[in-house]
Amino acid sequence: MYMEFICINDVTKQYKNGVTAIYDLNLKIKKGDFAFIIGGSGSGKSTLIKMLYREEKPTRGEIVVGGLNVAKLRNSKVYKIRRKLGIVFQDYRLLPKSNVYENVAFALEVIGAKKTEIRTKTLKALELVGLKGKVRDYPDQLSGGEQQRVAIARAIVNSPKLLLCDEPTGNLDPEMSMEIMRVLENINKTLGTTIIMATHDKEIVNKMKKRVIVLKEGRLINDYEKGKYDDEAIKND
Amino acid sequence: MKLLRMINFSLRDAFKSVFRNFSLSLASITCITITLVIVAVSLILSANVENFSKKIREDVTMVVYVNNGATTEQVETIRQQIASLDNIATLDFKSKDMVKQEMQSSDEFLNSIMSEWSAEENPLKDTFLVTVKDIEKIKTTVTSIRSLENVNLVDYGEEMIDKLITVFKVIEKVSIGAVIALVAVTIFLIINTIKLTIYSRKREISIMRLVGASNFTIKNPFVFEGIILGLLGSILPVLAIIFGYNSVYTHFDGKAISPLITLIKPTPFVYYLSAIIVLMGIVVGMIGSYRAVKRYLKV
Ligand SMILES: Nc1ncnc2c1ncn2[C@@H]1O[C@H](COP(=O)(O)OP(=O)(O)OP(=O)(O)O)[C@@H](O)[C@H]1O
Ligand SMILES: [Mg+2]
Repeated sequence: MYMEFICINDVTKQYKNGVTAIYDLNLKIKKGDFAFIIGGSGSGKSTLIKMLYREEKPTRGEIVVGGLNVAKLRNSKVYKIRRKLGIVFQDYRLLPKSNVYENVAFALEVIGAKKTEIRTKTLKALELVGLKGKVRDYPDQLSGGEQQRVAIARAIVNSPKLLLCDEPTGNLDPEMSMEIMRVLENINKTLGTTIIMATHDKEIVNKMKKRVIVLKEGRLINDYEKGKYDDEAIKND
Repeated sequence: MKLLRMINFSLRDAFKSVFRNFSLSLASITCITITLVIVAVSLILSANVENFSKKIREDVTMVVYVNNGATTEQVETIRQQIASLDNIATLDFKSKDMVKQEMQSSDEFLNSIMSEWSAEENPLKDTFLVTVKDIEKIKTTVTSIRSLENVNLVDYGEEMIDKLITVFKVIEKVSIGAVIALVAVTIFLIINTIKLTIYSRKREISIMRLVGASNFTIKNPFVFEGIILGLLGSILPVLAIIFGYNSVYTHFDGKAISPLITLIKPTPFVYYLSAIIVLMGIVVGMIGSYRAVKRYLKV
């Protein structure tokens, strides 16, 4: 058994085109942690997140998430890891023709949950992100921040132990971004969900005072407890 | 329970998709409809051809005329020789008196002439009426009988039977070919319809995958969609079969071309046929969607 919730051992990722996005990465993340992954463009943040939800397979090394060896998962078994975690992206990825409620409920429907269960869980998740009043609205009737909160509600509706976020505030103004961060912090505190968030946003990282994992050109160069945004490390030489 | 819920979900999804991409669905439904109608017509044709060619084969009777001078013993020899041949199904003797009586009773004028013939003057011939087991070998049988002593003539409507047999064979081959070609075209079109549905739902599929839907759940709606297309496509052909064949049957009074050729009775024929057509719609829809899913849904 692994003591840590997420264990990344000697992981290297080389894409088919020959670009190596991650070099020899070793990383452990505890249950209930809130960690930022920062780094310049192309430093491998998204690649790392993708490997955690088995969108990409590491070329070498081992990734264990909540006891599941993600690196070895076959394509037909990928759903197993997806049910253990939630994912939020910069571009929300909502269904435009479905309303807020349907968008969130969708995540439970496709895994075969009972109707009553879908209803209570969906409403609870929407309450947690502060959107209970907008269940009948469609995505194009919502602000960017609200759309992102729908996406977060969908990501947490199945009570995952892990929430992955790839630049969730990338398309939002500072005020809305802080709103999203309050929602994420709340989820982390009240539900105990482990959160890993890749970001460029200096202000957010400085304000939150969480763990900060710094990547540069595919290598882990710093790992701060209660860190702040590491300008020096990000700077392109 | 869970499986049932998933199937319900897939079905709902499939129906939604059929109506969401209605013009596309309509195209493949139309194609399935056309194919199935043609399949139905060829099935009706070949079933009927099969039916009346079987009847004709059973009914073909050759008439063996015996030489006028033959004695009773010679006639009996001929009877035994014919009976000993392989391909004989039935063998009846009709003496020239019986032929004469038959002819007299069938026609006033013939009656008036023939009534003056005495038994010795009767110029008609003793005959054997022969039916064969296998019509395809009738020529060999005819040749054998012709070579018998005291046999004058063998008559069996040679040309008409030959023609009918070749025509039936051609019809059968053409309709089988047409059905195979059409099924291939339809499957191709369904593959393309489902492919477009898959593309138009790429976003939904990627989200399903993201939130942990199993491959089975992701694929199911598309397979169901194919089945629904097949089912919808078979509605018109089934109606066409039931009402069309019934009215054709009544119109021709159960006969086609000549009174000799009878049509198959509509009940239960049309219901068997409808079942075949519906089944074929489903199977074709399923094959098409399954192939599309396999080829274009990379999960
Ligand atoms: N699918 C891919 N195929 C080939 N190369 C890729 C692929 N995805 C990313 N890369 C390359 O891998 C490297 C890391 O990319 P990645 O997207 O992980 O960076 P990032 O830190 O998320 O950058 P950004 O901050 O711009 O989002 C880059 O050099 C990129 O060009
Ligand atoms: Mg990125």
